[in-house]
Amino acid sequence: MNEQKIKQVSDVVIRFSGDSGDGMQLTGTLFSDAAAVLGNGISTFPDFPAEIRAPHGSIAGVSGFQVHIGSGRVTTPGDYCDALVAMNPAALRANAKWLKRDATVIIDGDSFVERDIQKAGFVTDDPIAELGLTDHNIVMTGITSMTRDALEGLGLDNKSVVKCKNMFALGICFYLYNKPLEHTFEYIERKFGKKAPTIAQANILALKAGYNYSANNHIFANTYDVAPAKPAPGTYRTINGNQAVAWGFIAASEKSGRPLFCGSYPITPATVILEELAKRRDLGVKTVQAEDEIAGICTSIGAAFAGNFAVTTTSGPGLSLKSEAMGLAVMTELPLVVVDVQRGGPSTGLPTKTEQSDLLQALYGRNGEAPMVVIAASTPSDCFHYAFWAGKIALERMTPVLLLTDGFIANGSEPWRIPSMSDYPAITPPVISEAPGEQYFCYDRDPSAGARTWAIPGTPGLEHRIGGLEKDKRIGCVSHDPKNHQTMTELRAAKIARVADCIPTQEVIGSDEGDLLVVGWGGTKGHLQSAVDAMREEGKKVSLCHFNWINPLPRGVEEIFAKFKKIVVCELNMGQFAGYLRMNLPEFRYEQYNKVQGLPFTVDELVHHFETILK
Amino acid sequence: MSHNCIYSAADFKSDQEVKWCPGCGDHAVLSSMQGALARIATEDGVPKEKFAVISGIGCSSRFPYYVKTYGFHGIHGRAAAIATGVKTANPELNVWVATGDGDSLAIGGNHFIHAVRRNVDLTMMLFNNEIYGLTKGQYSPTTKIGKITKTSPFGTFEKPFKPGELAIGAGGTFFARSVDAEVALTTELLVAGSRHRGMAVIEALVNCVIFNDKTHAPYVGDKATRAENTILLKHGEKMIYGAARDKGLVFDGEKLRVVRLSEGGWSYETGGGETRSVSEDDILVHDAHAANPMIHFLLAGMTYPEYPVALGIIRQVDALAYDAEVARQVEDARASAKIENVDGLLASGSTWSVAE
Repeated sequence: MNEQKIKQVSDVVIRFSGDSGDGMQLTGTLFSDAAAVLGNGISTFPDFPAEIRAPHGSIAGVSGFQVHIGSGRVTTPGDYCDALVAMNPAALRANAKWLKRDATVIIDGDSFVERDIQKAGFVTDDPIAELGLTDHNIVMTGITSMTRDALEGLGLDNKSVVKCKNMFALGICFYLYNKPLEHTFEYIERKFGKKAPTIAQANILALKAGYNYSANNHIFANTYDVAPAKPAPGTYRTINGNQAVAWGFIAASEKSGRPLFCGSYPITPATVILEELAKRRDLGVKTVQAEDEIAGICTSIGAAFAGNFAVTTTSGPGLSLKSEAMGLAVMTELPLVVVDVQRGGPSTGLPTKTEQSDLLQALYGRNGEAPMVVIAASTPSDCFHYAFWAGKIALERMTPVLLLTDGFIANGSEPWRIPSMSDYPAITPPVISEAPGEQYFCYDRDPSAGARTWAIPGTPGLEHRIGGLEKDKRIGCVSHDPKNHQTMTELRAAKIARVADCIPTQEVIGSDEGDLLVVGWGGTKGHLQSAVDAMREEGKKVSLCHFNWINPLPRGVEEIFAKFKKIVVCELNMGQFAGYLRMNLPEFRYEQYNKVQGLPFTVDELVHHFETILK
Repeated sequence: MSHNCIYSAADFKSDQEVKWCPGCGDHAVLSSMQGALARIATEDGVPKEKFAVISGIGCSSRFPYYVKTYGFHGIHGRAAAIATGVKTANPELNVWVATGDGDSLAIGGNHFIHAVRRNVDLTMMLFNNEIYGLTKGQYSPTTKIGKITKTSPFGTFEKPFKPGELAIGAGGTFFARSVDAEVALTTELLVAGSRHRGMAVIEALVNCVIFNDKTHAPYVGDKATRAENTILLKHGEKMIYGAARDKGLVFDGEKLRVVRLSEGGWSYETGGGETRSVSEDDILVHDAHAANPMIHFLLAGMTYPEYPVALGIIRQVDALAYDAEVARQVEDARASAKIENVDGLLASGSTWSVAE
């Protein structure tokens, strides 16, 4: 290798794209894992079609995986890419708009045949010229044919051979970015080593072939190195948001001593949470794959009644179906966490694309006065933290809690310094084992928190009946008394409002006063923070106020808002949080920046918009 | 400890006033059920606090408030799903479901068939009055064809469900039928259902005195009618019924036939006006434990006046129960667990360390 050619850069963005069967999600994951293990910051963004295998070679079937690696911490998967891997003409056409001006484009020339070029919608036979990629560094090479050559003699069928072409492409990228191959070897051995040694060998050979081909043929003028910064000491792993939610629940179960139960129905992009929990029978987790969304939440409510820490997982359309049962959990005052991994709506909408679609549904989508605690996680790894806290509040305050994540942070991954469970607080649900007086009244409340007691079936002497009908505030039997209903409605609202006592005061990132306060919530934090950081480096008086606690709002918000000349609320919806703030804090004026394209913000567009506001 | 406890039905009566209409069939089933709980508690040593009664919405779903155990009054149609959660979360509980024909066969039809299919260890009392009572008289999925109700002013033309056909079709392992007035029979069936490992569905034919009065009367209206127009099935016994024991059931290879005893012996009339003789040996012997559900399905579907209505345990077969299987998987996984707690989980798989 020629050492002189290595350029040091602080960060790069690479996008892997191909047909949805080309293995691009895996390729991207392996690249980002290899970088993370070396100490690079990473942030990833899988962008895949709703169809499992859309027509071969079509734009609809293009699957992409973007990874941003940096010397220090990386907060977004990056807007535009420095390198694009395009395994077919459709992938090139679909992703050309995301290229930086001087980007490197690695193309499998074997797929650039007339039929595939036409299928991708090109009108000429020269896709490169047609897309105007004149300033770009185009590396078109026979990835498929060279993979075939490299694997000759292994005795594999053509299909298995062609499947290894993603490893050839990965080898090229490892060379281009000076990353060692060992981590990927280990992965391949772990995955195929025992059950399919020939497949393992083929993948390793293809990976090496791609790497060596790039080195021997000098296909790049330069290679690049993103030097790892030294992160805080500790043990690290990469984690995606869905896995982090699942693990956060298991942590809350362990801390509370209540067994974990998840009744759920598969729905994109939330299904992985159920899958992760289903694996964990070894930690006592019980999962029920229910017959529908309603049964998902209803089995969980039953499990909560029976004394478990119960959770249910879903996405927008499923949340709609769960509305009535969430009201039942509000009425029976049972602990329950509902996770909504938001996706583009309404209706089936954009199942695989991200959107902050369901805030108002989460806050208000139930009949009657049915307040719930609403929390939103903001990065793949902090999903663990907020899932834990959702569990803590549900269990200690005897209330359903709605945890919002979204397709972007659910599927995205980042390195995570593994916490120790000794750093997490205890969870103490108000379980009682005997009646405090002569008789047990199930709606007796803790006067400060407002939580009722939890008498678990099987406990002698505490037999009681609860349900969806309004209950007498004192003895807990059914009551249709008008004044009692008013009192109970107020008690349920007060219980939620008092959660503000136990959550952190709202913080501001940057100076606590200035010209513009950027306000966001949930999964947009990385992009908003990158935009604000970039502007602050240029001396602009911009700060970020990012919300994870939505209902109740944390204390200290008014004080922050009052110190800025302008406030802009940025959301991947048409202004749901802005409307909520106008209702709760009407004394301030809110500008809005909204986007509903199934995609995250880009830092570029945010900076551009904020500059316009400041003018 | 609990072996010495003797319970009576009174121990399972709550202090809540029972608010069903006077004459409603639900009162009788409540008595039967309280008697059944007392028997199970006493005979099987199940302490009172281990019972949980779960319901949906409708007249019969008010049931939990009247039984002095743990109780949960759910939302419309979802009783089976809620109960599945209760039982799976805590298999030590003895879980009952009170539900109606609207609750479990219309809005909750999906949960009904799936709870049956999974064979969750629940005892379901399915109150079938063939009408929506609490909403004041609309036809239900079990209402007879031609019935005039508020939402079928010209008569219904929808083919009704037979709950037993549905349960057996969904792979049910226990199905029995009783009548509100037969308090002792209902008690007996509820006890058997509760002792069955898996999902037991006990259909109670109940009378809605206000909105569907006497819907079951032609076959179960009084003792004499019941004797002639129902057959009480008992495992191992010949299917002979009638006060004079002069009627029976045979299977002709295609369908069940009612045979009658006359001086010339047992015979039935074929559709073509021909009379066909059979021997007494041809009369079916009830095998509730037969794995093949075909005859059970036909018995559950028998409709008056062509047939007697079948009462008693129609089907009872052994199978693994869902909640017990979940518990077994947890136990097995724990016995061989490499990961023992959350710290171990977080450190599992691919990790890397950064030193000081």
